[in-house]
Amino acid sequence: MTESLTLPLPERLARVPFLAEALLLAIAAAMFFLLPYSLGFLTRVLILMVLVLSIDLLLGFAGIATLGQAAMYGAGAYAAGLFAIHVWADPLAGLVVGAAAGAALALLSGLVLMRAQGLTLIMLTIAVAQICMEIANKARGVTGGSDGLRGIRMDPVLGLFEFDFIGQTGYWYALAVLAAVFLLLRLVTRSAFGLSLRGIHDSPARMTAIGTPVYGRRVAAYALAGAIAGIAGALTAQVTQLVSPEVFAFTLSAEALIMLVLGGTGRLIGGIIGVAIFMTVHHTAAAHDPFNWLFVIGAMVLGVVFFVPGGLVSLPARLRGLMGRAL
Amino acid sequence: MQGLCVRGLNKSFGGLTVALDIDFDLPPGARKALIGPNGAGKSTFANLVTGILAPSSGTITFDGQDIGHLREAARVRRGIAKTFQITTLFRSMTVRENLRLPILQRDGRATGLWRRSDSDRGVEEEVTALLEQFRLAPLGDLPVSQLAYGQQRLVEMALTLALRPRVLILDEPAAGVPSSESPLIIEAIERLPQDLAVLIIEHDMDLVFRIARQIVVLVAGRILTEGSPAEISRDPKVRELYLGGAHV
Ligand SMILES: Nc1ncnc2c1ncn2[C@@H]1O[C@H](COP(=O)(O)OP(=O)(O)OP(=O)(O)O)[C@@H](O)[C@H]1O
Ligand SMILES: [Mg+2]
Repeated sequence: MTESLTLPLPERLARVPFLAEALLLAIAAAMFFLLPYSLGFLTRVLILMVLVLSIDLLLGFAGIATLGQAAMYGAGAYAAGLFAIHVWADPLAGLVVGAAAGAALALLSGLVLMRAQGLTLIMLTIAVAQICMEIANKARGVTGGSDGLRGIRMDPVLGLFEFDFIGQTGYWYALAVLAAVFLLLRLVTRSAFGLSLRGIHDSPARMTAIGTPVYGRRVAAYALAGAIAGIAGALTAQVTQLVSPEVFAFTLSAEALIMLVLGGTGRLIGGIIGVAIFMTVHHTAAAHDPFNWLFVIGAMVLGVVFFVPGGLVSLPARLRGLMGRAL
Repeated sequence: MQGLCVRGLNKSFGGLTVALDIDFDLPPGARKALIGPNGAGKSTFANLVTGILAPSSGTITFDGQDIGHLREAARVRRGIAKTFQITTLFRSMTVRENLRLPILQRDGRATGLWRRSDSDRGVEEEVTALLEQFRLAPLGDLPVSQLAYGQQRLVEMALTLALRPRVLILDEPAAGVPSSESPLIIEAIERLPQDLAVLIIEHDMDLVFRIARQIVVLVAGRILTEGSPAEISRDPKVRELYLGGAHV
C-alpha cells in the first residue's frame, strides 16, 4: 500500500484496476454523442472488437494462429438470423444461439485443425471459412444464397429497447455485449485455464511434460474462441438485419488479425485499441483516398512489427523504458 | 514388480542404433546414475521411458502395468517425470507462474475457468516453499527469461519436483550451473523423498558419486556394465572408456 504511493504517477495509474477500461467506455459513450450520424459504422467497430478479442484468445494466449475466424463469425450470424426468422426474435436468445453455433463449428473443425501446426494450420483455417462460404452460397433455400438472408426482425432488447432506424439501440446493445465479453475473457485469461493456454503458447513440450493433454486444451480454447466469434456474428445479424455469405470472407479474418497485431496480442485491451486505430484510419483515409488507404495501414503494420513488436499497447511502457535509459 | 521395469528396449534413427536390447529396473527409492560418452543414447533412453519417443521394440511397465501404449502426458500423470537436458521453461511467465502451473495441472485444476490462477492459498504456499528450497524466493516475480542460466536450471528442477513424481529422471541437471550453485542441486536431490525412484544422467562424476548408489554405463546404445560406484570405478572397461577417451 505505502509502497505504491512512492511510485511515479504513470506507474500508480497503471495499477488502478479497470482504469483503461473505464476510459475506453467513456470514449465509447462520447462517440455516441460526437458522431450521431455514424452509429452504424461505430457499431460495426464494436462488433469487430468482439471478433478480434476471440482471435486474441487464440493467438495471444494459446499461440494458435488462425486466418479463418470468420468461419465461426459467419456461423453465428447465420444461426442467429435463422433463429430470429423461424423461432424467436429475442436478441439475447439469438446471441446464445450464435455462440452455440460458433462453438459447435469450432469444436467440430477444431478436432481436426488442432492436430496441425504452423502454416498447415493457417491454411486449414482458411479452407474451413471458404467451405462455409461455399455452403452459404449454394444452400439458397435456407440462406438465400448470394442475395443473403433477409427479413430478420428483432424484438426489443430485454423487451424494453426497440431497435431504431438510426441505430441508437444497436450501438448501446453492441457496447454492452462487448463489455460483457471483455470481462468474461478477463476472468478466463487470468484463470488456471488461461495460465495453461499461456503455457501452451510458451512451450507445448513442457506442457506435455507436466501432464497436460495439450491437444484437448487447444480444442477447448478453439471452441471457446469460436463461441465468442459466434456472438460477434450474431450481433451483426441482429443489428444490420441482414446476413450475406460475405460474413465468411477471407478479408474479414485477415483484417481482424492485422488489427490485433497492430494493437498488440495477449493483452485483450490491445485488440480493442488495434480495432479502434485501424477503423479510424480506414474511415478517415478512405474518405480522402478510397484507393490508397491500405498503404497507410500497411505502413503502420510494418512500423509496429519492426519497432514495437508488442503492439501499440506496449508503446507507453516502451517509451518509458527508452527515456529511463536515456536519463 | 514395483517401480519402473524396461525389457528388451530398442530404438534406431534410420541406420543409427541408439538403444540396443536395454534391460533396466528402477524400483522405488532407487538412486541410479546413467553415464556414458556424448551421443551414447542417454537422453534418448530417458525419452523412450517418458514416452516422448516411441521405441522400435521392447516393453516398459510401471508397478507391473504396461505403460508402453500410454502417451507422454498420461505417463506423467502416472508419476513419471523428467527434467530436460535443454532448459525448457515457460519463458513469458514469472518464476512463480512457472511453478504454479505444474501444481495446478497435477491437482487436476488447470481447467478452472473463473477463479484467478493465483488465488489458492495452498498452491501459493507450495510455490513459496519450492522457491525457498532452491533459494529463488527473491526472484519469484521476475520473468523467468531474466534469470541467469544456472538459476533457470534450478527452476527447471523445481518445476519438475512440483509434479511430486514417483519416478524422477534428471537429464544433466547440473550442466551449465555455476559451481557456486551446484550444491543447491545436490542438496535438492539429497532431500528428495526416500521412496522416490531417481535416475540421474550426468557427466559430472563428483555429482554422480555423491548421489548414486548404482551406476549404469551406456555406450553406443548398449549397457556396458552396471554396478555400485565402487565396482564401476574399479571396472577396467569403464576406466578405459573414461581415462582412455578425452572425456572425464
Ligand atoms: N530425433 C533424432 N533423430 C535422429 N538422431 C537422433 C535424434 N535424437 C538423437 N539422435 C542421435 O542419437 C544419438 C544419441 O543421442 P542422445 O541425445 O540420446 O545422446 P546422449 O547420450 O544424451 O548424449 P549427451 O551426453 O551429449 O547428451 C546421437 O548420435 C544423436 O545425434
Ligand atoms: Mg543427452
